[in-house]
Amino acid sequence: MPYIPHSDGDRSAMLAAIGARSIEDLFTDVPERARFPELDLPPALSEMEARWELEALADANLSAAGGPCFLGAGAYHHFVPAVVDSFLRRGEFFTAYTPYQPEVSQGTLQAIFEYQTMICTLTGMEVSNASHYDGATATAEAVVTAINVNRLKRRKVVISPFVHPEYRAVVRTYTQGMGLTIVGDDDPHAGLPDLVDMVDESTACVIVQTPNFLGQIEDLQGLADAIHERGKRALLIVAADPISLGLLKPPGAFGADVVVGDGQGMGGGLNYGGPYLGFFATRMKHVRKMAGRLVGQTVDAEGERGFVLTLSTREQHIRRERATSNICTNQGLMVLAATIYMSALGRCGMRQVAELCYHKAHYAADRIDELAGYSVLRDKPFFKEFVVRCPRPVDEVNDYLLDEWGIIGGYDLARDYPHLENHMLLCVTEMNPREEIDALVEALDAVPSEEE
Amino acid sequence: MAEPLIFEISRPGRCAATLPALDVPTTDLPAGLVREDLLLPEVGELDLVRHFTHLSQMNHGIDTGFYPLGSCTMKYNPRINEEMARLPGFAHLHPYQDEETVQGALCLMVYLQEFLKEIGGFAGVSLQPAAGAHGEFTGVLIMRAYHLDRGDVQRNVILVPDSAHGTNPATTTMSGLRVIEIPSDERGNVDLEALKAACQEHSDNLAGMMLTNPNTLGLFDEHVEEITRLVHEHGGLMYGDGANMNALLGVARPGDLGFDVLHYNLHKTFSTPHGGGGPGSGPVGVSEQLVEFLPAPLVAVDAERSDDEIEFYTLVTPAKTIGRIKSFYGHFGVMVRAYTYIRMLGAGGLRKAAEHAVLNANYIMSRVKDTYRVPQDRVCMHEFVCEGQFADAPGVHALDIAKRLMDYGFHPPTNYFPLIVHEALMIEPTETESKETLDAFAEALLRIAEEAHTDPDLLHEAPHNAPLRRLDEVRAAKELILRWEP
Repeated sequence: MPYIPHSDGDRSAMLAAIGARSIEDLFTDVPERARFPELDLPPALSEMEARWELEALADANLSAAGGPCFLGAGAYHHFVPAVVDSFLRRGEFFTAYTPYQPEVSQGTLQAIFEYQTMICTLTGMEVSNASHYDGATATAEAVVTAINVNRLKRRKVVISPFVHPEYRAVVRTYTQGMGLTIVGDDDPHAGLPDLVDMVDESTACVIVQTPNFLGQIEDLQGLADAIHERGKRALLIVAADPISLGLLKPPGAFGADVVVGDGQGMGGGLNYGGPYLGFFATRMKHVRKMAGRLVGQTVDAEGERGFVLTLSTREQHIRRERATSNICTNQGLMVLAATIYMSALGRCGMRQVAELCYHKAHYAADRIDELAGYSVLRDKPFFKEFVVRCPRPVDEVNDYLLDEWGIIGGYDLARDYPHLENHMLLCVTEMNPREEIDALVEALDAVPSEEE
Repeated sequence: MAEPLIFEISRPGRCAATLPALDVPTTDLPAGLVREDLLLPEVGELDLVRHFTHLSQMNHGIDTGFYPLGSCTMKYNPRINEEMARLPGFAHLHPYQDEETVQGALCLMVYLQEFLKEIGGFAGVSLQPAAGAHGEFTGVLIMRAYHLDRGDVQRNVILVPDSAHGTNPATTTMSGLRVIEIPSDERGNVDLEALKAACQEHSDNLAGMMLTNPNTLGLFDEHVEEITRLVHEHGGLMYGDGANMNALLGVARPGDLGFDVLHYNLHKTFSTPHGGGGPGSGPVGVSEQLVEFLPAPLVAVDAERSDDEIEFYTLVTPAKTIGRIKSFYGHFGVMVRAYTYIRMLGAGGLRKAAEHAVLNANYIMSRVKDTYRVPQDRVCMHEFVCEGQFADAPGVHALDIAKRLMDYGFHPPTNYFPLIVHEALMIEPTETESKETLDAFAEALLRIAEEAHTDPDLLHEAPHNAPLRRLDEVRAAKELILRWEP
């Protein structure tokens, strides 16, 4: 039997020690009518057969790494240096659990401490937790933090319509039992000044994303002041793409109170949507209200520096129903991936990746803008994603790109924004060499004008 | 033997990554929006590799030694699972690719939903929740939505036993509901009389009950069917915390015992790695009446696009869904591993896994229970809880025993949980450990009990052989150094 080492001799000796006649005897507490059901599952496979089956399933998919891919919208095709996965495969890391016992978990703990430091640097914030499930749940937990910071007295949340639609959906799911009023994204044209106008002294927080879902860099200058002026203790929550922060001024420099986002682009693969990495950083004054695990520095009995989980009095296993969140298992291995990624690229590499994305995306946008029938939305600066108005519905354009050119096209914005029918969100990263961009331009130019 | 921080080995100008030269014309950077500097480390690739290798060497993992962390099911993580999750056809799929280009992935998800339905005895499964606590949250939101949909807007009370994981009460509060705690009886079961009284008192407001079974004492509740009947009689729903599902594979289906909702922990029961604290995966199974409340999207067969030979799989939104609980579809990479595991074990292998998990726990218990008091002397399931303190050596605590175990090469058990056992040590060996390992662990526990009497300071000062000596957790909370500063 796979993974069970017991011999018949072991079993009899163990049963004798226990004082049971058979293994079945150990289950008499289970109601007899429900005991040992016959499970209707396919027959067991050997490792070789399992491999064949899984390979066949994998082969039935089109790998985005197999050809040009210009799809982003919250999940990004970025380069992952080989060193990252080489450590994700180390059993000392991936077969450990939450570092409850610090003396034998210093590897995980120190890596998280380094991660927390790097996230603070990247976002311009003072304290980072040890992760959330993804960018969407980190955003939702930031809303809960804002409610807690305001001692449950404020129930209004203002959210930009250009925050990722799935993040907005998750915020609503998370808070459905909290009696909140969520406003802002019902108007698909609401800009930052409109959001500020909605802020009052019942507002717990304002959530914006930059670059936003349309790829545009939001102008955060003065935003935090305006929100704090009108809303006093209302928090500014900014969701950000960490890759963009290699180049762009961090939200912390603009006075953001919480910065969240998805770290998938930093060493995590696409993996059909998960596991990804939610990061969460805030100001020290909110540290006792924030969710998630925290690693802090201390010393051991001989004065050596070491690291431990700390401030766990906020957490569910101590505080139970009064905890700041129920989160327990988070994204440990993805944190390790991001830490190694940020260490490998470092100060210069992070900037270089961001600049490659920026210049390539602008080159692509400029060329597409010249095509008859296409135009690029240019009312705000953008980073690695931009919006293209197409001559035909986006799904038709995408079908043509894939079927005729083997190109995975962009995201159909009409799925979330009815007024953006025929608008495609394209993403260009360091993974797209010029030839791929030129091929995309050529392919778009060749899209037949209607069904032929 | 502390390892310097990566920032401390950083030297200006080094970089461990190479990137292609820019092959397109440059565009002006956006004025006023560019950051001045980014103080990330600068290290060469070999220095980076040595740094993280040294860190890994300071970790105890299942691969390095026995890890009997109660409630966490630290079983072997099969290598084939890792290989399969890294197949390019899984690892490089974008979640927004056209469904036609991801039929293999959707097929795997449909089948995993089906397997989990069958294993737990449920009518529907969502794979979206990212971890156990996330699954709990999903499940309780579903229970809440069910009552609201029926116009039972006043049902806001969730009963939680005093032996429950801390996530249960925390989840209840996050869902906007109220916790009423139910005591345990002398045999470690839910106290039936107290439960009856609570059900009666809160009958009009009862949303349901969250129950871990086997519970956190490692005991199968002897009255489980009576509990589920009582809660149902008063209009409540039964939530099952599936953290301890490893004892029930092929042994009993929670759905058959009267549970309406249950979360599975793929990273516990189904052998996917714990990753140093995630990523986990916490799919939720529900009974027929709750299927339409599951989070969106689910994966289903699209009848219109299927024919006799080929099924077409698609993402669907349940009619009364509670909404989306995370981005995309869940931890797909973890699902691939769990699917591989279930396919390799089959029904027979899953039952054997549960049986041997229970055999192993009872075996360790039989070897140590004369020395370490077990408050409920009953056959346990996949884990048991004993007291880590001796009446004639009261100066030694569970924590000291836990730390001393490190010197013997073992990861300590869960300690000080469940809260209802004095100085608790919660031991879960899992089925993948051999008799020799269990014997060595039991003997270490027995020797430590002797040491507690003959040389208590040996325990107070433990560990002696771990990468670091005992760490000062109070100081960490007081000083709050949460990041490195130059």
